[in-house]
Amino acid sequence: MKSLQDCANERVLIIDGAMGTMIQRYKLQEADYRGTRFADYHMDLKGNNDLLNLTQPQIIEAIHKEYLEAGADIIETNTFSSTSIAMADYDMQALAYELNVAAARLAKKAAAEYTAKNPDKPRFVAGAIGPLNKTLSLSPDVNNPGYRSVSFDEVADAYAEQIKGLSDGGADILLIETIFDTLNCKAAIYAIKKYFRESGKPELPIMISGTITDASGRTLSGQTLEAFYISVMHANPFSIGLNCALGGQQMRPYVEELSNIASCYVSCYPNAGLPNAFGEYDEEPEDTACIIEDFASSGFVNIVGGCCGTTPDHIRHIAQHVKKIAPRRKPELTDTLA
Amino acid sequence: MSANTSPNTSNETFIMEPDQSEQRVIRPYMRLSGLEPLIVRPETNFINVGERTNVTGSKKFARLIREGLYEEALSVARQQVENGAQILDVNMDDALLDGEQAMSTFLKLLAAEPDISRIPIMIDSSKFSVIEAGLKCVQGKCVVNSISLKEGEAKFIEQAYICKSYGAAVVVMAFDEHGQADTEEKRVSFSHRAYKILTEVVGYDPQDIIFDPNIFAIATGIEEHNNYAVEFINATRRIKELMPLAKVSGGVSNVSFSFRGNETVREAMHSVFLFHAIKAGMDMGIVNAGMLQIYDDIEPQLRELCEDAILNRRDDATERLIQFADTVKSKGKVIEKDETWRQGTVEERLSHALVNGITEYVDADTEEARLKYPRPLDVIEGPLMDGMNIVGDLFGSGKMFLPQVVKSARVMKKSVAILTPYIEEEKLRNQAIHGGEIKSAGKILLATVKGDVHDIGKNIVGVVLACNGYEIIDLGVMVPTEKILQTARQEKVDIIGLSGLITPSLDEMVHVARELRRQEFDIPLIIGGATTSRTHTAVKIAQEYAHGVVHVLDASRSVTVTGSLLNKALKKDFLASVKAEYEKLNEAFRNKKPVKQYLPFEVAQQNKAAIDWEKFTPVKPKFTGVKVFEDYDLAEIAQYIDWQPFFIAWELHGKFPQILTDEVVGTEATRLYKDAQDLLAKVISEKWLGAKAVIGIFPANATAPDTIQVTPEQADIKPVALEFLRQQIKKAPGQPNQSLADYIAPASYGKTDYIGGFAVTAGIGIEKWLEKFKAEHDDYNSIMLKALADRLAEAFTELMHERVRKEFWGYASEEHLSNEALIREEYMGIRPAPGYPACPEHTEKYKLFDLLNATENVGITLTESLAMYPAASVSGWYFANPEARYFGLGKIEKDQVTDYAARKGWTIEEAEKWLRPNLEYDI
Repeated sequence: MKSLQDCANERVLIIDGAMGTMIQRYKLQEADYRGTRFADYHMDLKGNNDLLNLTQPQIIEAIHKEYLEAGADIIETNTFSSTSIAMADYDMQALAYELNVAAARLAKKAAAEYTAKNPDKPRFVAGAIGPLNKTLSLSPDVNNPGYRSVSFDEVADAYAEQIKGLSDGGADILLIETIFDTLNCKAAIYAIKKYFRESGKPELPIMISGTITDASGRTLSGQTLEAFYISVMHANPFSIGLNCALGGQQMRPYVEELSNIASCYVSCYPNAGLPNAFGEYDEEPEDTACIIEDFASSGFVNIVGGCCGTTPDHIRHIAQHVKKIAPRRKPELTDTLA
Repeated sequence: MSANTSPNTSNETFIMEPDQSEQRVIRPYMRLSGLEPLIVRPETNFINVGERTNVTGSKKFARLIREGLYEEALSVARQQVENGAQILDVNMDDALLDGEQAMSTFLKLLAAEPDISRIPIMIDSSKFSVIEAGLKCVQGKCVVNSISLKEGEAKFIEQAYICKSYGAAVVVMAFDEHGQADTEEKRVSFSHRAYKILTEVVGYDPQDIIFDPNIFAIATGIEEHNNYAVEFINATRRIKELMPLAKVSGGVSNVSFSFRGNETVREAMHSVFLFHAIKAGMDMGIVNAGMLQIYDDIEPQLRELCEDAILNRRDDATERLIQFADTVKSKGKVIEKDETWRQGTVEERLSHALVNGITEYVDADTEEARLKYPRPLDVIEGPLMDGMNIVGDLFGSGKMFLPQVVKSARVMKKSVAILTPYIEEEKLRNQAIHGGEIKSAGKILLATVKGDVHDIGKNIVGVVLACNGYEIIDLGVMVPTEKILQTARQEKVDIIGLSGLITPSLDEMVHVARELRRQEFDIPLIIGGATTSRTHTAVKIAQEYAHGVVHVLDASRSVTVTGSLLNKALKKDFLASVKAEYEKLNEAFRNKKPVKQYLPFEVAQQNKAAIDWEKFTPVKPKFTGVKVFEDYDLAEIAQYIDWQPFFIAWELHGKFPQILTDEVVGTEATRLYKDAQDLLAKVISEKWLGAKAVIGIFPANATAPDTIQVTPEQADIKPVALEFLRQQIKKAPGQPNQSLADYIAPASYGKTDYIGGFAVTAGIGIEKWLEKFKAEHDDYNSIMLKALADRLAEAFTELMHERVRKEFWGYASEEHLSNEALIREEYMGIRPAPGYPACPEHTEKYKLFDLLNATENVGITLTESLAMYPAASVSGWYFANPEARYFGLGKIEKDQVTDYAARKGWTIEEAEKWLRPNLEYDI
């Protein structure tokens, strides 16, 4: 079977779209989130989307399959918040590992089914590692700029647990995404390197996807795009890219910059435009696909897909539009200075 | 868009090529980042690393950090960036700071300042734990400064992996296991070795490696130093040829350090040095950004002289540069070396002699002054005090260091000694008319408390205070409380100062404070000495006495504290502020919730150091019983000296030998070192000191978790049970709760194991020489001799331990370790001393002394607080087990104290008295 590397050399790979947007369509209620296992839980659980891996696995699996059907080569596990730190909001720290294993298994099962249907187009599972609700470079207290609500070691430990869960559950890739604080990302990289060095398992490919929050062209923690890339290069990532916060249109200059400086593959999965007055994303699938096609034909990208507001329909259109375009060629790496 | 805009739909495999007309190329530039990137391309100019945010290099920054003024400290960083620093070096290596804490606090605050944090950070520390703490706070790609092969490959690799997992570039210092590279060849080969390990084993990208091939001071007057700059430059060229992607950096200001105080010459030297080093390939350097002179702007004559010195082009380059330096020297400096000062007035000469510590002419000059002034007292109150005031000011402002002050005091004392008979005579003559007392600034009583014999620090304080015009009454060592109080009353002293080094002395000081209260004294009490601390003073001593208790960290602080206490205007406010501060400390101490968790003693006992005794066969010693060594050769002992503590005794802080070329204290350290070597040579050749040792090795087994039964084979040595203490703090999984008893085979395995003991001294006969120095008013040599005797005793201990390992016990007969490796404790087995961290309870020393018959065999006696006399003595146990490690007991709980009391046949109160520093609870 073709490896991820083979596939990436051969075509622009498609990563799936939003999970949250799809879950919303099911209009789940409190009882649905709880399922039988957490029927008597002491807190409200509605909105804990990652918990659905345990309580409504059939829904998550169905969403994965919709994206696979739409043409996604890579699907993301439903684990954006499955760390002990983020799960503390629901007093579910202890479930972190279990959530990751279950989510990876679900995605893997769906992906395997589609790979079996067409072995020429193997499908891969990216274990999604989110940014956390606490940050290492920014103080939550404006009067005390040196204060941090969490320590590097705590973040690295939480990520280590998630990584172990994703790896044990069978993820093919680890995807650190929606990074708005580079130091959080560095803690995740630290945890990944440490986990694979200590466990002796072969290291999984790492995808890194940062978030440029506004037109300043910087991350929330203040770095320029290139400074961000330099700060995470030591991960030796499979790909570097951008997702969330912006629509494709706004993301273009940054994707272009990345494509020039990145020695690895470049990914891009923007939101479906900017949110409208109601906070909804309303960019049509065809529009999103045209923007992304432009990225591909300009030679900027290797992996494309969608973030907030995108649906299987968006992904299908994107896949159609980039199908015939060769992927960005990785730059030539020389070992001389001039 | 390329030409292929219309894909051939009939052919699914046809793929449109994107518009990527030119193949992009990525070159292996060094890339670093703060909020913004820093990419080092071939056309990039020399990179300035800002050096002022370094507590070891900037007094101002150090003060701000120590005082917690981080906001202001940030402004130092901001200035560096504004002056053009492209990387910011941050160093918090100060003995008074919690380095990890200071580093992370500063870096976190820095992160909130985008105008500073836009450039990459260089995390600079000699402690790797501080480096890692820093790495955890920085989002950008930083530089670690530094790692090296100093502690061997394994450590180097481990630290490199850690740096890599944070994505940091690394500065590699040119060291190997045996020391620092000081030749061109070593600089290159050490660097290349590190490079191969980093790239081949650790997987470092070559462009993330920065070599620091050691910039040393040149033009120091020592001939071997003359070629240091040339060798650095040549090494740089070769390193860059051999490893073109790696970078070369260095601390530039080291090169000119012998011209300290002369910025004109220094800046010129830096520019000339960089001009050549950069041509050879040096990429970056730690500099005071904004202070670099342009090469072409240097005055041509100076430039040529600098060039001669840096390139070592002529033999007299150093001399010529020094001569020139004198011509540009700013006025008012007092560091001329020539004899022109002899042409000044007698007052000027005395003052010069005092400031420079020159005793050569003091007799004649004093005599001349005595004849010139109407009364001998006028000489003291006039020119001598004027000179000492200058000394006091220079010392106070950090422009003079302790050894110089002690030398100044020597001049003062000699001069006063000449005048004293005349003063006495005059007094007799004038008795009826008026008194002729010297008006002193105040009377201070100093004493090392009962049971303690250590007095180097106290003597230094005495000298420094005397220099500042105080009258010192020094009662010496082992002074009972009653004698202190009685003398204080009789002599009407203004302040009492107590000193002590061993832990039982802390209780003794509490006792003195209590007695002061009971006997209704009202003068302030000053506390100092190695085991004392501000917290202990605040929590235990200050509570006993209401009229002022102040802890003084070192001799240099004693002056300001004394000054404040004896100034009527200041005293009240000063004591009030000390009191408020101590109250706060006291409160903090009382409220401190035990953050550490402790195990029940029984549980701790279960978690022993795991040694597989089934598989273990104790090495049978070559002899058992006791061996005595009389009159050991001092020359052999001297080879084992660890010099670092010697400098610490003189309050010069830094690593040896680097301290000799330290930017700030280097000159003085070099001078002190030379004086020490001269005196040591005399001590050895003229046999001033006697060195004796006794060692013993005896069969022993652990008969209870914390008990070792010693069963000597010789009828005249009594069997004895040794009692040990066990760590009780909750450890990380897999970490044992250690007790020294863990390292001797339990009796239940039926294998005879062994324990050793030793007592050595290098202080026999020292009294005679101390008397001589005292008679000569030579505190400098008196303190020097004591410090040397201490070093010799420690060296002797090291030497005997090596012989025991290789010869007398013989469990490590193949060992070959350098002195540096011995100092780093790389040997197998340990030699913990009763009263020190692994076995802090002092009274076990009685058992050790009985086993060795140490008092009779080597003449060391024990005081009631278990201090050894002569002070230059060391004793301890030998453990041979390869698993044995040095550790600190830490705090223990009442259950262990109860158990220990039962084992020792003590009441709980007795046990608590001896174990007080280790008690986790209050009594």
